[in-house]
Amino acid sequence: MLKGRAFKFGDNISTDDITPGRFFHLRSNLPELAKHVLEDVTPDFTSRVKPGDFMVAGANLGLGSSREHAAVVIKMAGVSAVLAKSAARIFFRNAINVGLPVLICDTDNINDGDELEVDLASSTVKDVTNGAELPLGKFPNVMLWILEEGGLIPYIKKHGGFELQSQERG
Amino acid sequence: MGKTLAEKILSEKSETDAHAGDIVIAKVDLAFVQDGTGPLALRQLQASDLDNVANPKRVILFLDHASPSPSRELANDHIILRDFARRCGTQLCDVGQGVCHQLVAEYYANPGEVIIGADSHTVTAGALGAFATGMGSTDVAIAIALGKTWLRVPESFKIVVSGSFKKGVYAKDLALHLIGKIGADGATYKSLEFCGEAAENMSMEQRFTLSNMAVEAGAKVGLFPADETTHRYLESCGRADLFRPIGPDNDANYEQTIEIDVSGLEPTVSRPHSVDNIALAKELSGQKMAQVFIGTCTNGRLEDLAVAAQILKGRKRHPETRLLVAPASKDVLSEAINAGYIQTFLEAGATVLPPGCGPCVGVHQGVLGDEESCLSTANRNFRGRMGNPGAFIYLASPATAAASAIAGEITDPRELM
Repeated sequence: MLKGRAFKFGDNISTDDITPGRFFHLRSNLPELAKHVLEDVTPDFTSRVKPGDFMVAGANLGLGSSREHAAVVIKMAGVSAVLAKSAARIFFRNAINVGLPVLICDTDNINDGDELEVDLASSTVKDVTNGAELPLGKFPNVMLWILEEGGLIPYIKKHGGFELQSQERG
Repeated sequence: MGKTLAEKILSEKSETDAHAGDIVIAKVDLAFVQDGTGPLALRQLQASDLDNVANPKRVILFLDHASPSPSRELANDHIILRDFARRCGTQLCDVGQGVCHQLVAEYYANPGEVIIGADSHTVTAGALGAFATGMGSTDVAIAIALGKTWLRVPESFKIVVSGSFKKGVYAKDLALHLIGKIGADGATYKSLEFCGEAAENMSMEQRFTLSNMAVEAGAKVGLFPADETTHRYLESCGRADLFRPIGPDNDANYEQTIEIDVSGLEPTVSRPHSVDNIALAKELSGQKMAQVFIGTCTNGRLEDLAVAAQILKGRKRHPETRLLVAPASKDVLSEAINAGYIQTFLEAGATVLPPGCGPCVGVHQGVLGDEESCLSTANRNFRGRMGNPGAFIYLASPATAAASAIAGEITDPRELM
């Protein structure tokens, strides 16, 4: 069970919003890059976000560039999971690969600052502040397995490769 | 039931009977990274304990985004890529060779292949009938090590383009029109499969522009069937032997069919800060531009430079509008010199940049000032994209860009043709 506060963002938050091109030179210095995450959208985000909090976005989260650094620095800022109405495919895949859950649900019912409880096992989000319970979209199994291992690298270290068929049977 | 082109390629490469919605493990024919995504990919590769490169000759490291390096940090990132290439025997396209997607088209991509690049515009090679898609650093790192990746077989949209382009209207205008019509997430996770009279008649260069922008509608791939035009292109690149005709079956199952008659299109512009925020160029006249940029993986090819040069010939850029031109590759630059286009650009007052991504990514070579507007032939106009969240980016064809550089404001190119 994950618990934390919601930081609300709008639709179409691009990877340029999350990790702007002017910080391109910091991509091999992730702790420095993480200090600037989302600063063009919510300038005080990094100073207010606490470990375990949630990034809550609208539609088409993470559109644009393939830069995986975007998902990495959201996680480094302390965010435990990202909730969005929909997500762009590369961002979605990157987030799972680095062990950051992206949960698809109707985020219109969540307000900035609401206390949320996310139960990954039962696929539900509860907005403790307003009492709303929101069902979560389902992951393809392969993403669930990768996420359960904490990301693609730990998954590959454990399995030595993709073992989707044998896992599917198991 | 027949197969879409996406289903066909992924069936072959996974040795399964793949249909939309299936998860497959596919052989990767070509994997690449660039200087913005490569260092992380190589660190992840090291962390994975897979000390192996499955097929070094088909792994390419490109130095194109911050090239030549504008800073110490990025110069050090470049060293990481060069060292890896030397150690593992992979291909390296160093500073000055050009944009990864253009070089993939010129030297590496072939019909029917699966191509994975750590860059969202990897979709460009879909124009050659390759299942080419962008992924992040970790996915590409694992593909480099194992020579395979997992993919969800996408549902497909059939994009039927009929008619013929009017003077001054190009594939870029069609791409912007299509994205405006379906939205920046209108095709998320889907395969866009282009067909119809106008698609068949399109040059390879125009097809690259359309495939390149498929991702701006959220698509996973933007595919053209490999036909005689593809064959001739590969022949011109010295790879005629790697051509094979491949296309969707006639009875393939599409989730949606979108029909566009290109005869009715006009020069189109995407306004800040979203690619689907389109208008006609003529509706934006009077909109002043501090900078015009012609280049990128979308529109930095020879045909693009030819169109721009034709309009700029004997004319000058507006004194208050900077004009930047970056050929997409060294071969494009060389051919543009031979054709006299570069001389035309210089005489028009342009700054000619080295082959590469130029100012598109906001790293260098034309970062915008506060409140400045730029008309670019690139594919993205998100806030902050060109290095300054206080600036405004408009997207258009090379023709509209050239005409706007002369007038100093957004201009319908047909006025100058």
